Amino acid sequence: MALYNFKRIQPIPAVNDFLDIVLSKTQRKTPTVIHKQYKIGRIRQFYMRKVKFTQDSFEEKLKAMLDEFPKLEDIHPFYSDLMNVLYDKDHYKLALGQINTARHLIEQVSKEYVRLLKFGDSLYRCKTLKRAALGRMATIMKRQKDSLLYLEQVRQHLARLPSIDPNTRTLLVCGYPNVGKSSFMNKITRADVDVQPYAFTTKSLFVGHMDYKYLRWQVIDTPGILDHPLEQMNTIEMQSVTALAHLRACIMFFMDLSEHCGYSVADQIKLYHNIKPLFVNKPTFIVINKIDVMRLEDLPEEEQAMLKDIVEKDGVQIAQLSCFTDEGVMDVRNMACDKLLSTRVDFKLRGSKINDVINKIHLAEPVARDDIPRPPVIPEAVKGRPLYDMKDPKRRKLERDLEAEGGGPGVYNVDLKKKYMLKNPDWKYDVIPEIMDGKNVADFVDPDIEEKLDALEREEERLMGEGYYDTEEEMVDSEEERIKKVAETIKEKKKLISIDEMEEKLGQLGLDVSSVRARSQTRKRKRTESVGDEIIRSSSSVPRAIETHDRSISGMRDIKQKNESEKQKKIAQRKPNLFAKASESDRKIQSKKPKHLYSSKSSIGKRDWR
Amino acid sequence: MRLEKCYFCSSTIYPGHGTTFVRNDSKIFRFCRSKCHAAFKHKRNPRKVRWTKAFRKAAGKEMTIDSTFEFEKRRNVPVRYDRENVITTIKAMKRVSEIRAKRERVFYKNRMSSNKERERAENIREIQRHIELAETPSVKIKSQAAKVAEKTQQHIDMDIS
Repeated sequence: MALYNFKRIQPIPAVNDFLDIVLSKTQRKTPTVIHKQYKIGRIRQFYMRKVKFTQDSFEEKLKAMLDEFPKLEDIHPFYSDLMNVLYDKDHYKLALGQINTARHLIEQVSKEYVRLLKFGDSLYRCKTLKRAALGRMATIMKRQKDSLLYLEQVRQHLARLPSIDPNTRTLLVCGYPNVGKSSFMNKITRADVDVQPYAFTTKSLFVGHMDYKYLRWQVIDTPGILDHPLEQMNTIEMQSVTALAHLRACIMFFMDLSEHCGYSVADQIKLYHNIKPLFVNKPTFIVINKIDVMRLEDLPEEEQAMLKDIVEKDGVQIAQLSCFTDEGVMDVRNMACDKLLSTRVDFKLRGSKINDVINKIHLAEPVARDDIPRPPVIPEAVKGRPLYDMKDPKRRKLERDLEAEGGGPGVYNVDLKKKYMLKNPDWKYDVIPEIMDGKNVADFVDPDIEEKLDALEREEERLMGEGYYDTEEEMVDSEEERIKKVAETIKEKKKLISIDEMEEKLGQLGLDVSSVRARSQTRKRKRTESVGDEIIRSSSSVPRAIETHDRSISGMRDIKQKNESEKQKKIAQRKPNLFAKASESDRKIQSKKPKHLYSSKSSIGKRDWR
Repeated sequence: MRLEKCYFCSSTIYPGHGTTFVRNDSKIFRFCRSKCHAAFKHKRNPRKVRWTKAFRKAAGKEMTIDSTFEFEKRRNVPVRYDRENVITTIKAMKRVSEIRAKRERVFYKNRMSSNKERERAENIREIQRHIELAETPSVKIKSQAAKVAEKTQQHIDMDIS
């Protein structure tokens, strides 16, 4: 995870390109056609817009620039110091400051000329004012040529800086030039740092990553440091010092006792003492490299004593390794990582944030409930059992042996009931009834069935005693019987009576019958009399029911007229028949292009539109 | 193998009969015949359809509360097989069904008990209204009918008073 990403800064064009970009943008994005006969207001508007637009574009570009470049006060001190070392803080700030001033000046110019444009009285005057305004803006920008150039270079360099996360777990490798720092880095990470047999091969910081204990670790390879005062150090050395000063990392001070690097052991120890102040509160290791050539034990007494002195006084550890033979490389790495991890944890535990986490953690430590020892138990039966041996003829019979005896797989039927645990082993193969009298036997099975049944029997006895089941004797009352009988006869008769009969009988008695049917008749709707035609009217003396005559001639004067009309009818039907019309009132227009005739062939299952 | 109950009409479904519908929430619905299945598909409420057991129970037409119902239950606790227990169970099943049938008879009788009064009142009303239709050829009967009418009148008077 890179906390700072300097790779996203947009490239900064050179001055001329910058101006081209802005001015051509104005040309592209604002109207271009203007005529002097236009209203003066419109002409002013036209040029004011151009001026304002140009100013806006400048503003936008410069603002982006100012925003994107990191502010030295806001970033991690490591980065701000590194940038100071690499690009010179003053220079950097000055360049940004100048850009900012240019921005303000352009704004001023724009305001001033917009104000003047308000009073422009002709197209020519307005145009000249616009030209002047853009010209002045361009001049202001041209003065920033060097700043832009510088910032572009800074940008390019920044983008190429290794993305170091200042807060993560870091191993920092430092020491004299040519002691094997980069070789160590190449051994433990996948970084591919250039290793050469001369001093200052590594000229800047390098970052490599590795995994240890399922965590991601960052290893920083620094350029070599020479033993001289801070003021005399060059940029390359200063980068190392910056890293040492600001990163809370595990410091691995590399030493070469064989003096193959060209610096004496005494010099190296001196350097250690010199930069020691940078190591306070950081886990530090003195790593002795190239032990394939010379080990600590082979060192002259006095130098050994010096090293021991350091170890005792500063509480650092000495580790030995050889990048050439790989001896001790991983041990040293693990040692350093463990140390750093424990320091970081300690530091976090001392901090105030730890409470937030600790509150959430509960470590349960169960207390022994009594003093009874509970050792693991092996049952006696198992202990006495002989070891199973396939070759032993007297071995225990397994299910698979039974299968082989019973005819092999597919033939042998596994006896599932064999190991049933029942009160009486004889019951194992009982056929259990499932259904009886339309009931599931399983629904009635209950260990307490007997008690329940007893309870029911007792209840039954109680009910019997109370006379719950006593049926009241049907007291067949003769009186009741008679009522019933008479009522039944009446009902029977009522069913048989019909209105016709009643009418007839009453009529025979000579009574008025009209009221009998009165209600049923008036209720019915009367059928409207159909309008008869002339012929029938004329012969209406005949009762209606006997009307049986040829209706086709009704309304006709004679047969001749009828024949004529039939002929006419046929002729009249020709046209509708030809066009498949029902009659002349049929004006329906069928679809002219039925879809099924005009669309392509349909596949199966695509017919839902028909 | 189990006998299931129809979801709709609660009749017993013997193995190999009926239809099963499993809803997508894995609830199982069993139907004794297509009639019940169709009714279910129409979203009919079995409590509102008069021919179902659910309706009869809800409408108080059948015995619902009784200690004999406590015996038949789906028990979800497995019990080890015990021959004696099963034998008693089978005996108990018979006895319980006997008792239940008896109680149901009583229940039915109680339910129908009020009908008699109503029928009698209806008959009397009928006679009063259509006394002329009573069997006439025999004078005896006629007089009987008259008597009945008279008596019933008395009855009614008594009832009214």
